[in-house]
Amino acid sequence: MAQKVAMDIHDGAYVNLGIGMPELVADFIPEGREVIYHTENGLLGMGKAPQPGCEDPELINAGKKCVTAIPGACYFHHADSFTMIRGGHIDVCVLGALQISEEGDLANWSTGEPGAVPAVGGAMDLVAGVQTIFVITQHCMKNGQAKIVKQCTYPLTGKNVVNRIYSNLAIIDVIEKKLFVRELARGVTFGYLQKNTDAKLFKNSGEQL
Amino acid sequence: MINKLVKSAREAVVDIFDGATVMISGFGEAGSPIELIHALIDQGANKLTIVSNNTGSGNVGLAALIENKQVKKMICSFPRTANSTVFPDLYRKGEIELELVPQGTLAERIRAAGAGIPAYYTQTSVNTPLAQNKELRIFNKKAYVLEYAIKADFSLVKCHAADRYGNLIYNKTARNFGPIMCTAAKTTIVQARKILELGQIDPECVVTPGIFVKRVVEVADPADESKLVAENRRYPWN
Repeated sequence: MAQKVAMDIHDGAYVNLGIGMPELVADFIPEGREVIYHTENGLLGMGKAPQPGCEDPELINAGKKCVTAIPGACYFHHADSFTMIRGGHIDVCVLGALQISEEGDLANWSTGEPGAVPAVGGAMDLVAGVQTIFVITQHCMKNGQAKIVKQCTYPLTGKNVVNRIYSNLAIIDVIEKKLFVRELARGVTFGYLQKNTDAKLFKNSGEQL
Repeated sequence: MINKLVKSAREAVVDIFDGATVMISGFGEAGSPIELIHALIDQGANKLTIVSNNTGSGNVGLAALIENKQVKKMICSFPRTANSTVFPDLYRKGEIELELVPQGTLAERIRAAGAGIPAYYTQTSVNTPLAQNKELRIFNKKAYVLEYAIKADFSLVKCHAADRYGNLIYNKTARNFGPIMCTAAKTTIVQARKILELGQIDPECVVTPGIFVKRVVEVADPADESKLVAENRRYPWN
């Protein structure tokens, strides 16, 4: 999945990768493409993880993991960092998801359970401000329940914000509030995909599956 | 003569009063002014409203301030992180208030306060639970939510180096909320690893101009929060 996302990130892009699975995307950017990673805690030009023993607790990413800075990197404060995000200057953001609706609504910050401590971080800013939002996710929850649904039941991060979904079963575009299957994973049929999706899917031609 | 240097962290936080709103810099432990926070624990002011991105980890720094029951309310974007138990426990018991704010909205509300802007509109959080009961307005066919500036009585900030005018430079991603919090408080109190002579910080490289800073204390070798947490240390020191 991460590899598929990486293939769709263009040369010269400024990219923000969410915590967890999205971080893997950086490992698959094809050679010859120069991509600059933004981490919202205040670094443009994030490099790979440091060698063991070279960690600097004051050089971290949004997941609070130690990182490095590439030559040409720069540091800035939070208002500047979110100016990059909210002002539309970041080209691509790759995020995880709890649920995605057929209209491209994203829920990824809270299950809304009573007793849970809500935490949102920068997710709502990213989906509101970044030009292109890619979601990378398992197609279904661990219990088999669909994550791609008609309407999100979890609290929203943003409405009509997702542009493309990369799951273990397929790559799906959200275009004008409809889901178009762009690519099926090896061995996956349209029928199987639809069965594991609680929203209407369309073929690229626009025909409903 | 202008000399913002004070001798100790204790002296730096002496006038923080009960019920004050206090901003604390840091993103996780990076940039968290742990010695100033510990001085505030010793000082004892309570019923504080704390504005900080997180709620601390383990039983030191911000988590210790919360554990010491000095905090009435947290305004933050991400109140739970690895090794963060103090705030979540109190929150579940209903013993501490939380105002959850998207991270960019938090930054911009602080920036706005520092710039004398009382409120502003943003797209962030529109159509989500965090926009409930907030004023919406349409600009160019898009909905925006009204957010109010957050002003503080005090800001506690960690930086790398300072001079006696209060000019500051930071270290890497420990900069995070420091520069904007310096602008948004009536009294900004800074801990610096190094105190430099006037002119030693290149004017082109000053990140926080001294006008935003009231007091600076040198903390040459600040504690490493994650190390303290790994060693199960707690403040007041066990």
